[in-house]
Amino acid sequence: MIDAPTPQPADPDRYVITSATGVDVVVMLAGTGSRSYAFVIDWHIRLLTALAWFLCAALLINGQLSLRGQTPSKTYMFAAVVPALVIYFLYHPILEIAMRGRTPGKRMAGVRLIARSGGAPSAGALLMRNVFRLIDCMPAFYLVGLIATFISSQHLRIGDLAAGTLLVYDQDRNVKSLTQLGALAAHSQLDAAALDLVNDVLARWSELGEGNRRAIAGSLLRRLDARLAEPELAGLGEEALKSRLLALLKSGAPGT
Amino acid sequence: MSSANSSRAWLATRAPIWRTLAETGERLRLRRRASVDEALRTLDSYRGLARDLATARQQLPGSGITAALESIYAAFHALINRPPHNTRAAIALMFRSEIPAIVRSLRQPLLWVTLLFTLSGAAGWLLISSYPKLISLFASQQMIDQVETGHLWTEDILNITPSSILSVRIFSNNIVVSALALCAGIFYGLGTFYLIALNGLLLGTAFAFTRQYGLDGELLNFILAHGLVELSIICLAGAAGSALGESLIRPVDGNRRESFQLCAARCAKLLVLCTLLLVGCGLIEGFVSPDPEFPFISRLVIGVCYWFVMWAALTGRLYGRMAVPGSAS
Repeated sequence: MIDAPTPQPADPDRYVITSATGVDVVVMLAGTGSRSYAFVIDWHIRLLTALAWFLCAALLINGQLSLRGQTPSKTYMFAAVVPALVIYFLYHPILEIAMRGRTPGKRMAGVRLIARSGGAPSAGALLMRNVFRLIDCMPAFYLVGLIATFISSQHLRIGDLAAGTLLVYDQDRNVKSLTQLGALAAHSQLDAAALDLVNDVLARWSELGEGNRRAIAGSLLRRLDARLAEPELAGLGEEALKSRLLALLKSGAPGT
Repeated sequence: MSSANSSRAWLATRAPIWRTLAETGERLRLRRRASVDEALRTLDSYRGLARDLATARQQLPGSGITAALESIYAAFHALINRPPHNTRAAIALMFRSEIPAIVRSLRQPLLWVTLLFTLSGAAGWLLISSYPKLISLFASQQMIDQVETGHLWTEDILNITPSSILSVRIFSNNIVVSALALCAGIFYGLGTFYLIALNGLLLGTAFAFTRQYGLDGELLNFILAHGLVELSIICLAGAAGSALGESLIRPVDGNRRESFQLCAARCAKLLVLCTLLLVGCGLIEGFVSPDPEFPFISRLVIGVCYWFVMWAALTGRLYGRMAVPGSAS
């Protein structure tokens, strides 16, 4: 049965699910980019696995990769060809059911499938989602599916519409930082919001561009460290800015 | 106490608890069952998380802490609302009650789809009987040459491919065709009608063409054992596809998306049974149909018996379901 729809927020990338506690569950919908990224990773994995299986089995059975001058034997078909085809064509349904809405590609792209109720999708829903790949992949390169994700408000392909599934972002990265944040909160003088912000900037330090690193760290120190004068701040190098932020995080007082 | 101190103290005391809850949630997610104590603790944690999340949304909007809490809360929501695991009972219910009910609801579209298939077959027959040269539109030159020399294209099939491989190839192809007949219903049923009409047309043209060379009896002999069920399943998948199209044209269960989703979920169950029956068809087509050792009467018996097995499976009688009074099936 489908429950009464929950009023959705104005932000089209958020999906709200009513909860018994009165505090709604909010998930972030993955867009076409994340979906395609996950698919491309999965496609490479299944292609390479199927090829590896086929080549190994063919070598073991025939002693060579070629079938020249031979008719394919039953052993060759059932040990080399059929399993390779099964790996290639049934990769998505089998892994999505076994990993409850995830695949290696989705995991790497930081997305997962959920049912509209917020739970893991049922095996039936995942099978239906995959059967509809027949339509989504038409006429080539998943064009129908791609167009559907572009034009639907929740970035759904037709398989998702049929199965009642949503592709959402996993926010595990934030969960992993909780222990560290708790320990830091016990010793730091910063409030929770500033602590979270500084911790996040330091965690992403290497991913940020050089200019951005300086600008963000400078802006944070200007706001959080009243003892730091503007000329002194302007003279600090990147490493010094980082160590100031670290010191701020650990004790709430800038290091010297 | 200042607000900075209180938020810091709150984070320091609650963060380790959230981390432990995240691990507990992940552990429970991977398990099929939980004890009563675990279930009650999970409910308590869920309520606690709801309180913390409400606080975090108010005090720390857009922060990583709130995002982490959203994630843990969503995981607990999924755990709390997880349906009970009882796969065996669910499968029994599906085959005994749900599939027969779906088939009953599809009787009218099934009638129309079968009519379309038959009319297309008749049209194909008439077309090739009147304009024999048009067969090149429907069959490959190799097939035409073989029939013109008095041989069916199915005659040497076992000399080329072993039965087991043939079976796998045939049932895979039939499963894809049935799934496509269902899924093509997304185009407001038109895709399904096109596929059904095309299949009917091909069958009609094949019979008309072989009749011109006196091979129609042999073709019937080849098709008889597997064809009754195979064609019935394709019509059934077509009926499900047209129901899918109708759910988009005339939604009855909520809006269009919801109606389509409910109809697809119902049809998925039917597709499971169709797949199993098509595997049987593939085995018959691989082992019985091309084998000249099987006389016509054996093929007829196999075909009719398998059709009755299909009928019993579709009505639930195969699994001991009693007939529902007043419902012809």
